[in-house]
Amino acid sequence: MPETTIVLDRSAIQRALTRIAHEIVERNEDSQVVVLVGIQKGGVPLARRLSGLLAGIWGHAVPAGELDVSMHRDDLDQRVAPEVQPTVIPFDVTGKTVVLVDDVLFSGRTTRAAMDALNDFGRPRCIQLAVLVDRGHRELPIKADFVGKNFPTAHSETIKVKVDEAGAADEVILERK
Amino acid sequence: MSWNRKHLLDIESLTEEEINTVLDTARAFKAVGERAIKKVPALRGKTVVNLFVEPSTRTRISFELSEQRLSADIINFTAEASSLKKGETLKDTARNLEALNTDFIVIRHSASGAPSFLARVLNASVINAGDGAHEHPTQALLDAFTIRERKGRIAGLNVTILGDILYSRVARSDIWALTKLGANVTLCGPSTLVPRVFEQMGCRVTHDVDEAIRDADIINLLRIQHERQRKTMFPGLGEYTSLFGLTKARLARTRPDALIMHPGPINRGVEIDSNIADCGRSVILQQVTNGLAVRMAVLFLVNGGKGPQEVAP
Repeated sequence: MPETTIVLDRSAIQRALTRIAHEIVERNEDSQVVVLVGIQKGGVPLARRLSGLLAGIWGHAVPAGELDVSMHRDDLDQRVAPEVQPTVIPFDVTGKTVVLVDDVLFSGRTTRAAMDALNDFGRPRCIQLAVLVDRGHRELPIKADFVGKNFPTAHSETIKVKVDEAGAADEVILERK
Repeated sequence: MSWNRKHLLDIESLTEEEINTVLDTARAFKAVGERAIKKVPALRGKTVVNLFVEPSTRTRISFELSEQRLSADIINFTAEASSLKKGETLKDTARNLEALNTDFIVIRHSASGAPSFLARVLNASVINAGDGAHEHPTQALLDAFTIRERKGRIAGLNVTILGDILYSRVARSDIWALTKLGANVTLCGPSTLVPRVFEQMGCRVTHDVDEAIRDADIINLLRIQHERQRKTMFPGLGEYTSLFGLTKARLARTRPDALIMHPGPINRGVEIDSNIADCGRSVILQQVTNGLAVRMAVLFLVNGGKGPQEVAP
C-alpha cells in the first residue's frame, strides 16, 4: 500500500481558489476581456469554480471553457493513445485574456500542449496560467501566474487532486510509493 | 477506455469496449472538423500510405482528408498506376513502401485477408479499408457512430440491413459491430443474396421486406454489387426495385422516426427512391461527415497501439 498524506483539505482548497480569484482580479484591470479555460480533466471543475468566484467579485458572468490537449501532446508515439475528452470553448478567444486552469503543474508539457491547442481557436491577447498545486520538476520554461500551493515533491511521489464543481469532497493527496 | 491494437483489420475480433473507445474518441475528432482550424498535430511527422489496389473514391478521399487533418504525410498508391500492373506481388509492393519508413498502411484490396497478410509481414500499422467480401471496419464504425449520435444509443434498437448481403463486406462488419453493441439486426433481400447461413452471426434473416422494415429503427440500404457477382442472382434491377427497393409506399409503412442509411454510392431509383435519399430521415450525408471523424479516431488510436497483436493467418 502506498503511503498517503492529505496535503490540502476542503477548506484549504476553497481558500486557495478564493486567493487565486483575487489575484486574477488584481492582475486584470479590464474584467470584460478575461475568460477561463480549464484543461481536461482536472482543470475543468476548477475553472468553473473560479468562474463563479470571479463573477461574485466582478458582478458579471465570466465565461469558462474546457480544453482537451490529447491531440497536441508530444508523447503520442511513446504511449497508448490517451482518452480524449471534449473541448468546448463557447466564445472567441481572439483578443481575450485567457486564464488556463489546471490542477497540477509538473513537467509543463501539458501547459505547452494547451497553448498550442488554444492557438487553433484564435489569438488571445495574452495567456495566463492558474494551477492549484505546483509540484516542481519542470522540463520546459513554463511558470504559473497563480498558484494555490507550491509543493516540492520527489519524482517517485504522485499528487492526486479530487475536486468537483460542487466542492463537497475536495482533497489533494500525496502518495509515496 | 481501452485500445492497445497496432492494426485495425476487422470488427469481428474487437470487443464491445474497444468499439466504444473508437466511437468516444471519434466524437472529439468530429468537433475538430467543425472548427475554423480543422487540423491537429497528432500524427505530425508520420507517413501514411494509402494502398488502394481496388478502386475507391469516397473511402480513399475520406482517409486522405482524415490523415491530412491529423498532420500526417501521405503517399497515394492506386493499382492502375503502379508496379502491381507489372507483376509485382502485394508483399513486395508493401515491403518497398515500408522501406521508405512509412508508419501506416491503409489498404483496400479485392482479396479477403490481404490486410491481415500485410500485418503479418510488415512492421507498419495496417488499417483495413475494405477487403473483398470480408470486412470494411471503418464503415461499420461510422455507421455505429451515426446511429448512436442520432438515436442516443445502439443497444435494443432494431436495425434492418436490406440488399446484397452475400457480397457485402459492409454488411459483415455492420453485423459484427451492431450485434456486439446490442442491436437486434435483421437482414433482408433476395434469398440468393441473403442466405440463411447469416443467422449464425447472431441476426435474423427474412425475405419479406415489408415485415423487415415495419419495426425498424434503422434501415440500412446496401447497393447491389454488380462487380462482385459472378452470375445473375436475381432477374433484373427493375424487379429488385419492385420487390426490395425502398419506395415511398414502403417508407409510409415504417416507423416515422426510422432513419435511412446507405454506405454509398447510392443507385437512385434502384435500392432507394430518389426523393427518400434526400428526405429528412436520410442520414446518408451525415455518414460521410462522420466517416472522417471515425477514421481520424482510428489512426489516432492505432498510433498509440504498441502492444503485440496476434494476427490470425
